[in-house]
Amino acid sequence: MRAPVIECDCLSVDLGGVRVVDGLTLRVGEGDFLALVGPNGGGKTTLLRVILGLERFSAGSVKVFGGLPGSSPGRIGYVPQRLFFDREFPISVRDLVLMGRLSKKKLFQHYNRPDREKVDEAVCMVGLERLIERRIGDLSGGELQRALIARALAGEPELLLLDEPTASIDPQMKTIIYDLIEKLKERLTIVLVTHDTALIGRYVTKIATLNVTLELHEPNSVFPNP
Amino acid sequence: MLQDIFAFEFMRNALLAALLSSIACGIIGTYVVVKKIGFISGGIAHTAFGGIGVGYYLGINPLLGVIPFSLAAAVAIGLLSKKAKVAEDTAIGTFWAVGMAVGVICIGLKPGYAPDLFSYLFGNILTVPSFDLWMILLLDLLILAVVWILSKEFLAISFDEEYAAVSGLKTMALYLLMLCLIALTVVVMMRVVGIVMVIALLTIPAAIARMVSRSLPGMMVRAVLLSAFFSICGLWLSFLLDVASGATIILVAGFCFLLAHAWRFFRLSPGAPGLS
Repeated sequence: MRAPVIECDCLSVDLGGVRVVDGLTLRVGEGDFLALVGPNGGGKTTLLRVILGLERFSAGSVKVFGGLPGSSPGRIGYVPQRLFFDREFPISVRDLVLMGRLSKKKLFQHYNRPDREKVDEAVCMVGLERLIERRIGDLSGGELQRALIARALAGEPELLLLDEPTASIDPQMKTIIYDLIEKLKERLTIVLVTHDTALIGRYVTKIATLNVTLELHEPNSVFPNP
Repeated sequence: MLQDIFAFEFMRNALLAALLSSIACGIIGTYVVVKKIGFISGGIAHTAFGGIGVGYYLGINPLLGVIPFSLAAAVAIGLLSKKAKVAEDTAIGTFWAVGMAVGVICIGLKPGYAPDLFSYLFGNILTVPSFDLWMILLLDLLILAVVWILSKEFLAISFDEEYAAVSGLKTMALYLLMLCLIALTVVVMMRVVGIVMVIALLTIPAAIARMVSRSLPGMMVRAVLLSAFFSICGLWLSFLLDVASGATIILVAGFCFLLAHAWRFFRLSPGAPGLS
């Protein structure tokens, strides 16, 4: 049996007095590719935030790499929703991706040559090498999304958490992003929050629907391949 | 013409104060603008007036009173706005007014007329004593050192605080430290434009710099230069026209801000893409 990466047991989360996740039990093993689907407000993003240690839970238990959430930042890559960023912020793709090295650095330590090499690798991986000096405000939605994935990859994570990476992106770009994720699943454990139920069936190893409570499915049973 | 002006020692001191304060102003102003914490900074600046009053009441240099007071205000406002169940703007507004009230009471308690208080509120760059210049230089060096050491952390919490937290940074501590640097910058600039107008000079140069910058360090350098330019222009105009220096500096900055936006508006209006 593969080593567990995420283990949630009877997990409940309350936000402002409302129960958004109730009695969730979930196990993600090394190399798994889990897709989390479900309606807006169903608790998908909240579950990711709990796993990252950003949100407290009210009952049950969560272990990430065998420890408390938030205790192993260097092993997790996080791709938040792209819509939340200030696109006027004066930062280039290179500096944005460099931020992915934060978890590997100590306080006061400046970035060095190995960090910059990892950034170049990650940027090549997502195919943005021509745009590396560009200001993020001048990227398209899909390009910014790939830059955020590169940032997560630059930290050499073992677990990758993606929050709706294809929301409001044109269909062609969606395929590019899914092909990229497909490449990554060979060496990473992935949890993906998405609405693209039609597209993901052929990529993932597990699908779970989350609407306050969680239901686990075999990928091909719910969303058969076309 | 210029020789005439700098024949006076007070003008030389004024010029030095303008240049030195521009360093802190451009660097910290950049964080204020990109992190959108202008209102918090205004709150810290006005709360600092309480420190002036306390310093004046105790009979010490008001700068010595204002430094601990404004640092405490920065930490308190930061904690209250993030941790307590108080709306952020309520917390800031309360400190803003309470700090001013403390200042007014302390000054009232001290017998006699307080002639130079006006200069703390509205700035008077023409009366900067040498001691204050040294203090400004020292604070500049301190701010530069902290920003250099923590550049990657400050960039991270400015751009994406949540990602910084996920990466294992102590974001709250870093945020409070940033607010403390803002407090020190307020102290540095108090002599130049005064507490009431600090916030304009803190944000305008950085806001203009952001329009043409691709990185935070680039924006800082431009903001420092712009701030120095506004201060010197304002100083020179105030000398020529014999009007208040702090207010003139602010008017120059405000005018340039409008000009920059007008330029951008007309440049971009034919449907051109964003700035590179």
